[in-house]
Amino acid sequence: MSNNIVSRLKRKKIQEVIATGKRMDGRELLEFRELEIKTNFLAKAEGSAEVRLGKSHVIVGVKAGVGHPFDDTPDKGVMMVSSEFTPVAHPTWEPGPPNEASIELARVVDRGIRAAEVIDMSKMCLISGEKVYLIFVDLYVLNYDGNLIDACSAGAMAALNTAEIPVYKVTKGKVELTDKTKKLKLGAQPIAITVVKIGNDLIVDPSADEEEVLDGRITITVDEKGTINAIQKRGAVGFTVDEIKKCINIAKEKTAEIRAIALASK
Amino acid sequence: MSKTKKKSSRKKWTRVDGRKVDELRPITIETGVIPNADGSAYIEMGRNKIVAGVYGPREMHPKRLSKPNRGVLRCRYHMASFSVDPRRSPAPSRRDSEISMVMTDAIAPALFLERYPRSVIDVYIEIIQADGGTRCASINAAAVALADAGIPMKDLVASCAAGKYDKKIILDLGDYEDKQGDSDVPIAYLPKLNEVTLLQMEGKMTQKETEKAIEMAIEGCKQVYEIQKEALKKKYGMVDEAATAEEETPEEPIEEEQKPEEENKK
Amino acid sequence: MSAKFETRDIVIPGDLIYEGRIRLGENTYREEDNVFATSIGLVNYGRERVSVIALEGGYTPLVGDLVIGKVINIELGQWRVEIGGAKDAILTTNDAIDKPYRTNLDLTRILDIGDTIVAKIVDLDRNRTPILSILGRDLGRIHEGFIHKITPSKIPRLIGKKGSMINMILRETRCHITIGQNGLILINCRLREDEELVVKVVNKIEAEAHTSGLTSRIQEYLKKIKEERKQ
Repeated sequence: MSNNIVSRLKRKKIQEVIATGKRMDGRELLEFRELEIKTNFLAKAEGSAEVRLGKSHVIVGVKAGVGHPFDDTPDKGVMMVSSEFTPVAHPTWEPGPPNEASIELARVVDRGIRAAEVIDMSKMCLISGEKVYLIFVDLYVLNYDGNLIDACSAGAMAALNTAEIPVYKVTKGKVELTDKTKKLKLGAQPIAITVVKIGNDLIVDPSADEEEVLDGRITITVDEKGTINAIQKRGAVGFTVDEIKKCINIAKEKTAEIRAIALASK
Repeated sequence: MSKTKKKSSRKKWTRVDGRKVDELRPITIETGVIPNADGSAYIEMGRNKIVAGVYGPREMHPKRLSKPNRGVLRCRYHMASFSVDPRRSPAPSRRDSEISMVMTDAIAPALFLERYPRSVIDVYIEIIQADGGTRCASINAAAVALADAGIPMKDLVASCAAGKYDKKIILDLGDYEDKQGDSDVPIAYLPKLNEVTLLQMEGKMTQKETEKAIEMAIEGCKQVYEIQKEALKKKYGMVDEAATAEEETPEEPIEEEQKPEEENKK
Repeated sequence: MSAKFETRDIVIPGDLIYEGRIRLGENTYREEDNVFATSIGLVNYGRERVSVIALEGGYTPLVGDLVIGKVINIELGQWRVEIGGAKDAILTTNDAIDKPYRTNLDLTRILDIGDTIVAKIVDLDRNRTPILSILGRDLGRIHEGFIHKITPSKIPRLIGKKGSMINMILRETRCHITIGQNGLILINCRLREDEELVVKVVNKIEAEAHTSGLTSRIQEYLKKIKEERKQ
């Protein structure tokens, strides 16, 4: 069952094919697989998105509630992104607490949304230092076939754009739930794009096989104005400055494409 | 609190969702929903949305949990944080552990576990949306997923609950009926072998009522069973139609009676 | 004494397929005087035997099977090989080197972790662990090509009656294809577009394995794609 031994044959073949300018599944190097996003399909979540990127399948749930603010930000609401790698998603994934990869996924998606100030947290306070809105974005992976960061980033934005959260009001120092709901006002539309380096080539939207043999990757989150909000480099290889610049250009171009799909169901 | 309800309902008693006392919620089942899994199924039973995935039989890790003379069935029931209101922690609860255990007992009698010494069959259940009766819906999905994985089975396992709500014995309690009702009896049943493999009960009922509930639940299981069978056959029916539609060339009937020992060509 | 379906009908686990005494074929079991199916598949009523040809299912190793696997560990005098069944397989030095074994031999020089091999199952031990051998023609480490995976129960269909299906594909594509009974297929062609074509064809066979007249339909399909490519 669970072994993560990389097949040499697979590595060699994928590298050879990519060096010819094509991919194992016939795609161009900078071509995404089909991305499908369905929003608001869960009744018990305030916002939801079902994302299918090739055979990768992710569900994003947005839940809202009321709770304590963090001590250092008493006037701000709390947003948290967490992710779960369900054992159903891949033969080598096991039940248990989140592993490194799962935590990284949640943090990279979180960072992009937080840095772009998608939700104005200062408007999410009910009683300073005591009660604020809590927004949970849960990423739930049902089938893994690569590029979870991009799939989850697009899914999280699609879910946030369509979420309707319950409205609370403060009367005589007490927080009360009203029967009203409101849409979240989003300040930006950041989207993460991951560029993968295999040999000397750069590709986007890696499949699970390609991720297995990759040398390094850079995820860049860009908003609709072209502002860069987050970067994450992984893999024990170096990138030249030229390559990094190339990655940024690729990300800028691709985010527009992916954002259009993520917001189509808005 | 149900006093006013009882009075008004005396004229004409109906269930909260308008069903008859012995009527199931609508059920749809789809197979092959998780490409990575050896077998999988997605069930909607009322507003429940549940995915079941099967891996195995495969090597068991850690090895000390394996049995030298038979295989191990390992079911894991797990709820997504956004599947209920309010949001729940993604960490497994005591309830999850117990349901996983009784599910395993409900399904194991249908398998030939003695054929897989030192191996494991993993059944992973992910609750995406909960609406009362998740354990029954999970068993229904798990049985179909096991058959979809091609794991030999004596029979499918069908499951549903009956219970007492407002002095009446009713079938397949929804979330509201489950929470407001007097009792709930979830059952799993092997229709061909006529055996009950899951039986739990919580609430207050006379012996007569309990027996009636069990019998009603069994009748419900028989209806579920027909839906499971249809779901399994659907996958092949659809391809078959497509295939026969394009069959322009007349060919000899049952041309390939394939056998595994057939020669292997290089 | 009666059949409950007709040959080639789809049955599912628990379906009563025969009432009365008859010999049991694969994927069936008996309960008193009734015979039931254990797997989803096509029922087949022979002269004195009833069986179900499984449409889904993992790999059950048999002695003599050709399999494709990945070396996942090196242990004392042996390699552990993942072949996708209920148990990982074992390859000992005796079945890997045609020379007497020396204790100072570096096993990684023969096979290393991450290598892909074509092997034959020569034995099953008492725990049903498959014992492999790579001694023999066309066995051993693979250096070229790639692995494509399908449901193992559909491998017989890919081979076809007396190899009719695979021979037709080999003839039409002129690729090297090695079929592992464990559902892994090694594909190696001179042209990349032919490799993509083989994958397409194999996937079509997998999806339509339960239908009849498949070989001629696949032949048509191959011809059609090749004609399209010429234009």
